[in-house]
Amino acid sequence: MGLDQSLIGRSYPPSEVYEVSRAKIAEFADAIGDTSSLSRDAEAARAAGYPDVIAPPTFLTIANLGAIDALVSDPELGLDYDRMVHGDQSFVHERPVHAGDRLEVTTHVDSIFARAGNDFLTLRAEIHTDGGELVCTGRAQLVVRGEQ
Amino acid sequence: MTIRVGDELPPLSVRVTRGDLVRYAGASLDFNPIHFSDRVASEVGLPGVIAHGMLTMGIAGRVVTEWVGDAGRVLSYATRFTRPVVVPDDEDGALVECSGTVTAVEDDIATVSITAKFEGRPVLGKATATVRLT
Repeated sequence: MGLDQSLIGRSYPPSEVYEVSRAKIAEFADAIGDTSSLSRDAEAARAAGYPDVIAPPTFLTIANLGAIDALVSDPELGLDYDRMVHGDQSFVHERPVHAGDRLEVTTHVDSIFARAGNDFLTLRAEIHTDGGELVCTGRAQLVVRGEQ
Repeated sequence: MTIRVGDELPPLSVRVTRGDLVRYAGASLDFNPIHFSDRVASEVGLPGVIAHGMLTMGIAGRVVTEWVGDAGRVLSYATRFTRPVVVPDDEDGALVECSGTVTAVEDDIATVSITAKFEGRPVLGKATATVRLT
């Protein structure tokens, strides 16, 4: 197996627009046990200077999964989803995500290398509004475990 | 309040049950069966159903967001996933113990080193967040 290193630098065009809802933010906050009023109460969020309720810092894992899907569905890349694990993840936020944001993800393959029989791929997800404003950059290292 | 290098953030201990994994799967849209099916987990060589790494990252991030009181002040958050959190099919689930220490303060921005442990061993590596203090 082994991933094709000539695919370093490949990018995938923006996904469909994902519209962030108050309900999804509250649902995500509940799922990680985050009880902040800023993720549930629009008035509290506005009082803190935000346009609407804001998402917890890892909420954009939803967009990141979209980026992983873009890679997994590229036959030339040939990522074996069943053997893939999440090696690392980072988010650099330009501003918090808030309800009403209309987000798109552009996915880039930043690196591919093999080590000790495993393949390592780093993807960069540029998460921006449909108006082109960069909101967050997510980076994930995906590890594809070699056949034992 | 003056924030200094070496300050410890209030720690956080969270029990993660199978029900929590189902809830997180729906909230995050990550429906990988290794997070709910013992059969699939064992087929891929895992010791059992494991928590989503992103769930552990999300829980550990609360050490920082609850300390600073405003998730919108988190400028960056990064971690490696070094060890799985195995979640048994019982009422107690898995205990994840999180803590944080301020490692740098520059101007208005603090860097926090976060730890998350399961069965006494770290499950996140080099987990770091930067936060705006005002």
